[in-house]
Amino acid sequence: MRPERMAARLWGFTRFVLITGIGFIILYPLLRQLSAALMHPEDMYDLTVNWIPRTFTTLNFRVAWEMLDYPKAVLTTLGFALLLSTLELASTMIIGYGFARWRYPGSDLVFALVVLSIIIPPQMVMVPLFLNFRYFNPLGLLPEPGINLLGSFWPMVLMALTGTAKRGGLFIFITRNFFRGMSTSLEEAAYVDGAGHLRTFFTIMLPNAIPIAMIVFLFSFVWNWNDLFYTDLFMQGKNLLQLALMRINAQYNYPWANKAVEGTYIQLVNNAGMLLYVLPVLVLYAFLQRYFIESIEKTGLVG
Amino acid sequence: MMRRPPRLSMRAQKSLLGLLFTLPFILGFGAFLAYPFVQSIIFSLSKLTIVPTGYELDFVGFENYRHALFVDPRFRQVFAETAVTMLTQIPVILIFSFFAANLLNQKFPGRALARVIFFLPVVMGAEITLKMQQADYMQQAMSLSESGLIPLSVLQSFLVNLKLPLGFVNFIFEAVNAVPVIIRSSGIQILIFLAALQSIPGSLYEAAHMEGATSWEAFWKITFPMISPLLLVNVVYTIVDSFTAPDNVLLDLIKDTAWSGAGFGVSTAMSWIYFLLIIGLLVLTFVFVSRGVHYET
Repeated sequence: MRPERMAARLWGFTRFVLITGIGFIILYPLLRQLSAALMHPEDMYDLTVNWIPRTFTTLNFRVAWEMLDYPKAVLTTLGFALLLSTLELASTMIIGYGFARWRYPGSDLVFALVVLSIIIPPQMVMVPLFLNFRYFNPLGLLPEPGINLLGSFWPMVLMALTGTAKRGGLFIFITRNFFRGMSTSLEEAAYVDGAGHLRTFFTIMLPNAIPIAMIVFLFSFVWNWNDLFYTDLFMQGKNLLQLALMRINAQYNYPWANKAVEGTYIQLVNNAGMLLYVLPVLVLYAFLQRYFIESIEKTGLVG
Repeated sequence: MMRRPPRLSMRAQKSLLGLLFTLPFILGFGAFLAYPFVQSIIFSLSKLTIVPTGYELDFVGFENYRHALFVDPRFRQVFAETAVTMLTQIPVILIFSFFAANLLNQKFPGRALARVIFFLPVVMGAEITLKMQQADYMQQAMSLSESGLIPLSVLQSFLVNLKLPLGFVNFIFEAVNAVPVIIRSSGIQILIFLAALQSIPGSLYEAAHMEGATSWEAFWKITFPMISPLLLVNVVYTIVDSFTAPDNVLLDLIKDTAWSGAGFGVSTAMSWIYFLLIIGLLVLTFVFVSRGVHYET
């Protein structure tokens, strides 16, 4: 028994070291940001200061707050992410249910297109989409140059509504999997009792699909919150946090561009700004981490 | 002729419902993927100029591809870099996430906390944050590889002194350098493997144990085959995840070319070359992985 216990102990210790190490690497950027964000500008030139600032200050946060126009920007970003994730949730639930329950000539082909939409890199359609939204003119119905939808919420709203926004295909895929795994007996009972298809979907199926809806909603929210690709492409000029941060970053790359905040000091503001940006998502994750971590088991992707 | 049948047949009704529910996707796919996709072929073969009423296209044949491949000073290098990064990172991410899932599947105090932290990069993976970390000199100067946690220069000279082939040393060097990136990109993959591990019935292990199998044998004969179908899922997810990854330098180059470089035509030509790489990678994975995958039927 003795050597076995020794081996178990040794493995336990190795495991502890490994997990702590990996955890540290994951948390490292966050800790680094926190350290820099709380640092007084003078500490930057103090070689003895590495992790723990000599003078703690909230100055960087106050400057970042001001530069980002934080209360307004955070509300805009929040509203935007909520709007998109709600629309994406609604559309992918409906589409996924359609694929799971009813077949029509060509439905398999259309579902193959869903899978295709997952693996087409968004770069492929980036330039044409940009120009199509710049001169938006569906089927040539509008007068010539069309209307400019760039800088408005419309491009992303339209894409979210049709399940083709960021990773929309993935959401359709998992909602379809979920509904396929649900027994049809509930629906049949509803039909026998005289409920129509739509009514059955909204009053019987949706309430039973809350676990998967939660997953789609949360992931969509977080991915939309973190998105830079589409926001940078379509939403220039909007008061979104990620775009505001990019403006600060540009000032940092060209310190002479901004006289108010001099030179390298802007990197401390940068770090404070990034923390302000991730804070809402961190709070969300702190409360709802169970839903994120148990998500894969519920998607029916595995077994 | 205007008379309608009083009721559709059950079958037709179901077809119609299916079509109705999936119609949003069909429309969206047509408008925001298929149509731009076709446009991108045309754009990549044309010179695109913005005029007051929109844009004009002049057919130039493969000029844009030629420009991307032979004139653009950065494209070939960045493309090769991206291809190599993907080819090396995908296997490493798979191995790491499988390993991490096995770790997290064991019982130990603090397991819940470890899972919360391992999954954190998925939630916190804000593209702007990661981009800015790359640009932030202070972060760079203090980044993991330089802060003494993994002293790379020491490692490199040690490996070179062992007279290992330089290509191998460089591989190790790159791999160690990529550790934070690998860990950060593995969140979802770990969860997928973890869910798969938990779905393996314990009775299989018990039976193997009764028959005298060691844990090592049980791992290769039970765990690995049971998990293999998800290898493909994880490879595909890893590739899809890399499209918009903040450290995808090719993406930056394609964007720069479109808006401040050689123009939209060359940019779409570049994205087409990139797409061919992705297709090649996916075909390669399907061929390799599907050969070794065990499907429980």
